[in-house]
Amino acid sequence: MHSFARWKYWLIAAVLLVSLMGALPNVIRVPGWWPGILSHPLNLGLDLKGGVHLVLDVDVEKAVARSVEEDLGLVRRLLRENRIRYQRLEAEGPLLTVTLRDPADGPAAEKLLDDQLPTYSMRRSGAAIRLTLDEKEAEEIRKFAVDQVIEVVRNRIDALGTTEPVIVKQGKRRVLVQIPGYEDTARAKALIGRTALLEFKLVDEKGDLDKALATGHPPPGDIIVYGKKEMRGGKLVAQPYLLKKRTELSGSEVADARVSIDSRFNEYAVTLKFNNKGARRFDKLTKAHVGERFAIILEGVVQSAPVIRERISGGTAQITGNFTPQEARDLAIVLRAGALPAPVKVVEERSIGPSLGQDSVEQGAESIVIGALLVLLFMAVYYRAFGLIANVALLFNMLLIVAAMSMIGATLTLPGMAGIVLTIGMAVDANVLIFERIREELHLGKTPLAAIDGGYDKAFSTIVDANITTLIAAIVLFQFGSGPVKGFAVTLSVGILASMFTAITVTRAIVALTVTRGGRRPARLSI
Amino acid sequence: MQLIPPDIDIDFIGKRKIAFLLSGLMVAASIVLLVVRGLNFGIDFTGGTLVEVRFATPPQIAEVRKAITPAGYGQAIIQRFGAPNEILIRVQNREGEKSSVISARVLDALNRHFHASPVEMRRVEYVGPQVGRELTRAGIMAVLIAMVAILLYVTFRFEFRFALGADAALLHDVTIVLGLFSLTGKEFTLPVVAALLTVIGYSLNDTIVVFDRIRENLEANRRRKRRLDEMTVANHSINQTLARTLMTSFTTLLVVFALFLLGGAVIHDFAFALIAGILVGTYSSIFVASPIMLALKGMFDREKEEAAIRELEARP
Repeated sequence: MHSFARWKYWLIAAVLLVSLMGALPNVIRVPGWWPGILSHPLNLGLDLKGGVHLVLDVDVEKAVARSVEEDLGLVRRLLRENRIRYQRLEAEGPLLTVTLRDPADGPAAEKLLDDQLPTYSMRRSGAAIRLTLDEKEAEEIRKFAVDQVIEVVRNRIDALGTTEPVIVKQGKRRVLVQIPGYEDTARAKALIGRTALLEFKLVDEKGDLDKALATGHPPPGDIIVYGKKEMRGGKLVAQPYLLKKRTELSGSEVADARVSIDSRFNEYAVTLKFNNKGARRFDKLTKAHVGERFAIILEGVVQSAPVIRERISGGTAQITGNFTPQEARDLAIVLRAGALPAPVKVVEERSIGPSLGQDSVEQGAESIVIGALLVLLFMAVYYRAFGLIANVALLFNMLLIVAAMSMIGATLTLPGMAGIVLTIGMAVDANVLIFERIREELHLGKTPLAAIDGGYDKAFSTIVDANITTLIAAIVLFQFGSGPVKGFAVTLSVGILASMFTAITVTRAIVALTVTRGGRRPARLSI
Repeated sequence: MQLIPPDIDIDFIGKRKIAFLLSGLMVAASIVLLVVRGLNFGIDFTGGTLVEVRFATPPQIAEVRKAITPAGYGQAIIQRFGAPNEILIRVQNREGEKSSVISARVLDALNRHFHASPVEMRRVEYVGPQVGRELTRAGIMAVLIAMVAILLYVTFRFEFRFALGADAALLHDVTIVLGLFSLTGKEFTLPVVAALLTVIGYSLNDTIVVFDRIRENLEANRRRKRRLDEMTVANHSINQTLARTLMTSFTTLLVVFALFLLGGAVIHDFAFALIAGILVGTYSSIFVASPIMLALKGMFDREKEEAAIRELEARP
């Protein structure tokens, strides 16, 4: 005790200074020259400041299937170009099946596909060739799909004009979206969840729609797609269209989308501007099919099917469909941001209204203050002078927690505030251990000085063991926890570490500076 | 001030049969409750939608039900939550319903019915069935992993039978807290799992302090000419650490009670779990951990092993 190392004072002073500086941004705006790492205030979790928290599940297998379907088109072209006749081409999940007309073409087809589709493994028996997408490639597609979802969702949310949304990957196929301070959860979900798949297909003017509807079998190369459901004669009906299967243009060729007013009907519409490639294709399409209709299909529903009156070379098109102003605005947002590469589903939502967040902050702060005051009071009464020393350490401890959490960029949640409260209760534990031990030593008849030394030395290993086990539980909690629970685990861990430091080092320094200052040998201790 | 006299000497170990009986009864009752009544799992685990709303004036529960029945949620669980004008509505996921729209529908229906004074959205939580299953599995895994990690650490620092004693105590605590949740029908949510894991940490903290003293005293005992038997040493250690055990539990309870009373409705059950856990944890660190550790003496006795090894080594 008489030889409390000088460097430890310096360490404590340094930690105190850094803590004060790190905690300060929570109270006032710090000047520009303030060290960067120390100038962030605590992040408040969504449960404290309100907002939308969504977890999206990306249907990555759909993305794989879509990619395989695209390759199916490639296979079709390859076979045609090489004059290999086929009976059937099918894509299902990661599987492509080719059935040739003539088994004799088998080896030739096999060689051709093997060269052109290196990412598939192939098995042929007679006229049937089965191509399976390599798992490594499929995994690549899945990963890319999730990354793309993040990109698209970010663009869409940015268009809402909210600040600091969090959009991150969670696990392998999930995306966590947090929009602080945003309340309209329904709109946020609608905006994020839309696939926004936009397609332009020609209407098959020669095909017999009625026959196709009656038999359920559209002519080869055609599909039936329905329009929006509308009230007609007291019943909800949707207009069917017979369309060419082939997609002429898609949303990926859209460069820009804006809300406009359709001059003919004076209603809200969305005007699309194609990119160069899209504009060229649109030009060619409208030139070749004047007098026919083309259908604009959004998310599998025909929005409109206008007649091509003349060649359109400006590279713009308009989508109409009885939109409200907000519908038109949201449609423009999603079209501008691009289509999702795979459908997403909201699997978890936690939205907090601003009033609950405010209440939680107030109630959390109140219970922290009252709890801390009770503990401070109890320590002072029960351990007198040493209790006051422990109280100084406790306040230091709270300062350290706030500073550390601000510095590591941790997020304070409501359970996190509970963690701080709990830490306050447990922080004094180390001091209780030491003080009780000092009392024991005194009771055994040791001198005050020896009792202090004995108390600190003997309690040390106990403190370490006891805290490490609690830390183990906190770390497990962090690993397992999601969102708010994680916040609790972080505060608890930071609190445990901080309390070990303050209880062992800080109180001992204060004792050395006051009770035993300058080699003084007190006759009795106020403990 | 000193509430616990320094030379206190209560025969805790001597009362171990009564303690075992009491603990056994509580644990058995908890298990029966858990099997028969089960837990009132929140939507974190069952999946479903929870909507918390605030009304301008306290509404009748029946009126709220009437409001959301046309939207098809007549079967929802409706209860007051926190203040009398705050209502919690829980809806189970239905087959085929696009579940993420439920909250919007409920709010719509409420606003249509109470159009004179619109309701305010306080909180919406939706957990899909898949996420619910994942969270359940993760929760069970977390408790198991924590127990194994602690077993390893305590074995490393002490002895295997100490570790078993510590794990027995915390299993005891977790079971009884779970039993209490079953008994009171309080909602079992994700934060409550967090509280349980904290209780594990806390219960252990208490146990380790006692064990540490037992270890210290056993070492001192070995140097003595007339050795005391282990039970006496252990009982003496429990008494020596009693003041600390009770004081720390007291200060922790002070703050947790502050949380329980002032922390608001969201944190209320979390605080309840902590209070129960701290009380049971304090009891078990005195009456369960050490007696079990002592009872295992014959089985995993390092001293005997060491003696046997020495004997082997001594042989020519």
